[in-house]
Parts: sequence; structure tokens; C-alpha cells
Amino acid sequence: MNKNKEKLLAKRYSSEKRFQFLGKSAIFMALLFLAFFIFKIFSTGYTAFQKTWLIVPVNFDAETMYLDANPSKEDLEDADYFEISLQSMFNLDKNANEKQQNELKKMVSYFFEREIKQELINDPSLLGKTKEIYLTASDDLDQVFKGNYPRDLPEKQRRVTDYQLKIFDQLVEQGKVESKFNLSFFTYPDSREAELAGIASSFMGSIFSILVCLVIAFPVAVLAAIYLEEFAPKNRFTDFIEVNINNLAAVPSIVFGLLGLGILLAVFQLPRSTPLVGGITLSLMTLPTIIIACRASLKAVPPSIREAALAMGASRMQTTMHHTVPLSMPGTLSGTIIGLAQALGETAPLILIGMVAFVNTIPGSPMDPAASLPVQIYIWAESAERGFVEKVSACIMVLLGFLIIMNLFAQIIRHKFEKKWS
Amino acid sequence: MIKISAKNVDVFYGKKQALFNINLDIEENQVTALIGPSGCGKSTFLRCLNRMNDVIDICKVQGEIVINDFNINDKGCDVVRLREKIGMVFQKPNPFPKTLYENISYGPSIHGMAQSKQEMDEIVEISLKKAALWEEVKDRLHEPGTGLSGGQQQRLCIARAISVQPEVILMDEPCSALDPIATAQIEELIDELKKEHTIIIVTHSMAQAARVSQRTGFFHLGELIEHGLTDKIFKNPDNTKTQDYITGRFG
Repeated sequence: MNKNKEKLLAKRYSSEKRFQFLGKSAIFMALLFLAFFIFKIFSTGYTAFQKTWLIVPVNFDAETMYLDANPSKEDLEDADYFEISLQSMFNLDKNANEKQQNELKKMVSYFFEREIKQELINDPSLLGKTKEIYLTASDDLDQVFKGNYPRDLPEKQRRVTDYQLKIFDQLVEQGKVESKFNLSFFTYPDSREAELAGIASSFMGSIFSILVCLVIAFPVAVLAAIYLEEFAPKNRFTDFIEVNINNLAAVPSIVFGLLGLGILLAVFQLPRSTPLVGGITLSLMTLPTIIIACRASLKAVPPSIREAALAMGASRMQTTMHHTVPLSMPGTLSGTIIGLAQALGETAPLILIGMVAFVNTIPGSPMDPAASLPVQIYIWAESAERGFVEKVSACIMVLLGFLIIMNLFAQIIRHKFEKKWS
Repeated sequence: MIKISAKNVDVFYGKKQALFNINLDIEENQVTALIGPSGCGKSTFLRCLNRMNDVIDICKVQGEIVINDFNINDKGCDVVRLREKIGMVFQKPNPFPKTLYENISYGPSIHGMAQSKQEMDEIVEISLKKAALWEEVKDRLHEPGTGLSGGQQQRLCIARAISVQPEVILMDEPCSALDPIATAQIEELIDELKKEHTIIIVTHSMAQAARVSQRTGFFHLGELIEHGLTDKIFKNPDNTKTQDYITGRFG
């Protein structure tokens, strides 16, 4: 008898140990995946925050630019910079033949002419002088400099020629290649050229979409939740509505995209690819999330508070607005932020309403075409150039940073107000 | 003088009947205690008197409850004004999670009882004084009401109830969550309040009913078994069930 008991006890202990081990290994696995994911993103992405510049002497020769000695501002704007820009690149190798000259030109971004122009407009006294100017290196050389480019491939399989590499190595030796913080990643819109592509257009697109989403979803959802929770009679019809709100929360997001496409674009003729349409579509998705969060936090307000107010002779409306709703606000707000964070990471519905279009301008309002951060990730991930690989990871880092800040904010709101009421 | 008169009151929760044909008269400026075992319907009856049962969807009240010659179960009765006249104190102290001042001033402000800040200050002070809480809290009127002790919170709820000068105060086991000292304070307070208000108190404590009330009603299984002067009910009840309950043989 006693022996049996001991055996049973040992069994109970070992089963608890087994369970704990399984639980711990599950957590370990999750952390391992997370660590791997974060490491992968950071190790590929961090180089995107650096940009490679070639320092090239440029001779601002007035004659070549068809300028007189004292040009006006308009003259500077209209001058011909192409020739001096080309010449300064050709000067890197005076003996280059025509093919090599073409390769020399391709060592910097096609933007180099504008970079040179900007330099002169900022400082007109450079006219007639020679100055070393920072030019954005082409995306392939950028990758070479960052060590991401396999130089040992046979030349035919490379986008960088042996000649370009030779000149580039010379420049590196002379200290004429520099790596600096990549501000343009944040200030430039998308571009076909990896070295010039930035997240400004998609970032603004995301911000506008989220704002539109918030402005539409929050008031509608809160009103619906308050009515359903505090005023609506509990009957079959309201049960039916409740079930359907929960169902709505589980509808795949692409379906909402189709809805936006079919109704907002086709019927209401709203402008395609705009954050306005994106925001409305996302608000449909966010609506059930906020309703559910708001109802849950209304439910969590103790009935004794409602009774206290009612017994004082407050009407139902006063009870709700003076007591229940203010008490439920922290929960509602954090639910809203989490809903918005979800919307921020949403890709599929935005692709359907055309926010996947190539947009190389920064939107100034929700009515301008734009992309969004997750869609930008998708666009770049589809691009063939090696330069976009790090951009994808960098964009993911920006998006993740945003989501973490939003969730943190939700936590803080919840925490701060909880303290106040208890 | 009779303040409240309940005639043939039946209450249903869905299909289940909770109160059977209650007839009870409540005397003005007296304390009436309602006693009985758990689930006997005494709280349900109390909540009929300020129509708090309206909050419960499935609850249906039939019969007449006449207060000031007016049947409050009439369709024309305005519950907001009824509850202004009939205050309530609950089992668990339930101050609003706001400051002490806001707790007291809420009723007067929604009923438009104060024209100025000064008048409101006065109402708050008088209410707190009547609830014997003023001395303890006068320096922290703008601190949260939830920071008080249990007994203080309950007195705050009483002060809140009397801030709108109700004619009747309903108390639903007001001392069940309190320690003996706080209970004694509340009982003393009830004695004081009955000069200006009619009080109906539901209690599980026989001793409390005997101490504070002038009249007592005994409920059992949804019926009012016996009611009358407290002295008589406790010393010489007519019904054997009352006798059994009071002597502790059941319940």
C-alpha cells in the first residue's frame, strides 16, 4: 500500500517535471525563432542605413555650361550640366575608350547630374573652379563597398565590370570613396534605382492611411459598442449582430480589399492608389477589433458603478456618459491602438486597391497616390537588384519599430489609467 | 403616517416568480427592517421601491406601490425623479472612482440643485456632516473616494444618497462588508437620519434589525410572512416560521 503511494507520488512529480520541460522548450523554441528572425533582419538591413559616395572633382567650366561670368539664378537653373558631369566622370580615367567611358558614367547614380547642379546653385561662386563633390555611387558599387557583392564571380555574371572594379579600387585607395549615413533612405520616395530608393512616400502613405482609418473607425466603433453594450435590448437580433461582429473580425483581409475595389473604386469612383481609399478599407477591418475591445472594457466596468449612478437619479445616458464610458476609455484606447497597429501591417487589401503602384512622389494629402510600408516591402522584395535586399530588411526594421512603439503606447495607456482607478 | 404602501406586489424573473403578493405599509420617519434568509426576496422588494429592477431585462414587477399617493409602477412615472426622491445605499460600498467632492456633488449637479459653486460647497459639507464623515475628510475632499476605508466609503455613499435630500433611503445590507466598529457608526447614523428620512433597511443580522428598526418585516421564500413592530416580532411573533428564524432554528 505504502509502496504504491510512493510510486504514485513519484509519478505525479515526474509528470509535472515533464510538463515544465515541455513548456520551457516551447518558450525556448519561440525565442530562438524570434532571435533568428531579428538577427537575419538586422544583419541584412543595417547596411541600408549607410550610403556609399564617390568623391569626384568637378570642373564648373562656364563655357561648357553656356553661362556668362555673372549668371542669374534662373541662368544657373537652366544651364547645361550634362557635359561637365560627364566630363568629370570621364576624367577619372583619361585613357578610357568609348565603352569604358560609358562604364565610368554608370559608376554613379543617374542622379549625379542633379547632385552637381545642386552644388553650384547652393554656391554660385564655384563657377569657373574645380571642386571635389560627393556623388551617389551606383547601387552595385554600393554593394561592393559594403562587401555584399560577390566579386569572385566571372565577369559575365556580374553587373559590375572588371574595368569599373579597377577604377573603383583605385578610388578606394585614394580615399575617394566614403560611406555616410543614408539620410535619403528616409527623405526620398521610391525609385527604380536601389541607391536612390527611400521610404518617404510609403511612410507618408502609411501615416495618412492610418489617420483616415482612425478618424472613420474609432467614432463608429465606439458608438456601436456603447449602444450594443449599454442600450440595446438583449434579444436574438442583437445576439445575431454580436456573432457577426466577431465573424467580421475573422474575415481575411483580402476580402476587405475586394470590397474596397468593388465599392469605393468602382461605385464611388474614389481616386485609385490613394491613402483615402486604403484608410477606408483598413477601417472596415479595424472596426470589429475596436468594437470588441470597447465592449470588453465596458463589460469590465463594475455594475455597482452603474447602479450607484442610476440610484442617484441619473438617466441611462448620463450613467453611460459620466461614468461607464470614461472608465472604459483606457481599454478602448489600447484596443484601438492595437487595431491600428494591425492595420499598419496590412498588405493584401492595399495591393487590391492599387496602393502597390510605383509612386515616386511624396504624397501631401490622403488624396495623392501613395504606397504603404508593408506594400513597399513587398515591392522591393520583388525587385531583382541586389541593392534592394538590404532595403527590404531596413524597411521591415522601420515598420517593426513603428509597431513596437504603438504597442508600447497601448501598454502605457492601459497601465497608467489602471493605476488611477484601483 | 404611511409613506409607502405596497399592494399585491408580484415579481417575476423570467418565468420564475420571486415575490408573491406582498402587502406592506412603511411608516414615515421610521426605520423598517426587512429580514429573512438568503434568496427570500427582501432585496428584490427593496429594489422595487426605486424601480432598480428596471435594469434587469427579464425582471417584471406587478402590483401597486404607492408613494405620496402616486403609484410608481404607473407608466407615467418618471424613474429619474422617483430616484431623486428615493435614495439607495448598496451592500458593497460603491463610490464613484472620482474625488470625494465629485461623489457628493454628482446628484445635486445632475438635478440642478445648486446655482453656484458656493451652494454646492454647502451641500457637500452638510451631506458629509450628516453622514458623520466631515471631520475625517474635510482636508482631502479632492482626493479619490476609493482611497477611504470600507466604513468611510459606506458613509460616503450615505452622504451621496442624502445629498439630494431624498424622502426615503433604501439600504441593502449596508453593513455586511464592514467591521463591527464601522457597523456601529452606521447604525448610529441610521438612528440620526430617521428624523428627516424614512429608512428601509435589508439586513441579515437579527441583532441589527432589533437595534435600529421600529418595524420589521419577515420574508420567507418570496412571501411576507409577518410584519409589525420590531418589539413584537422579536419577542412575540404570531407565526412559527418567524419564531424559528429569529431563534436561529433555520436560515
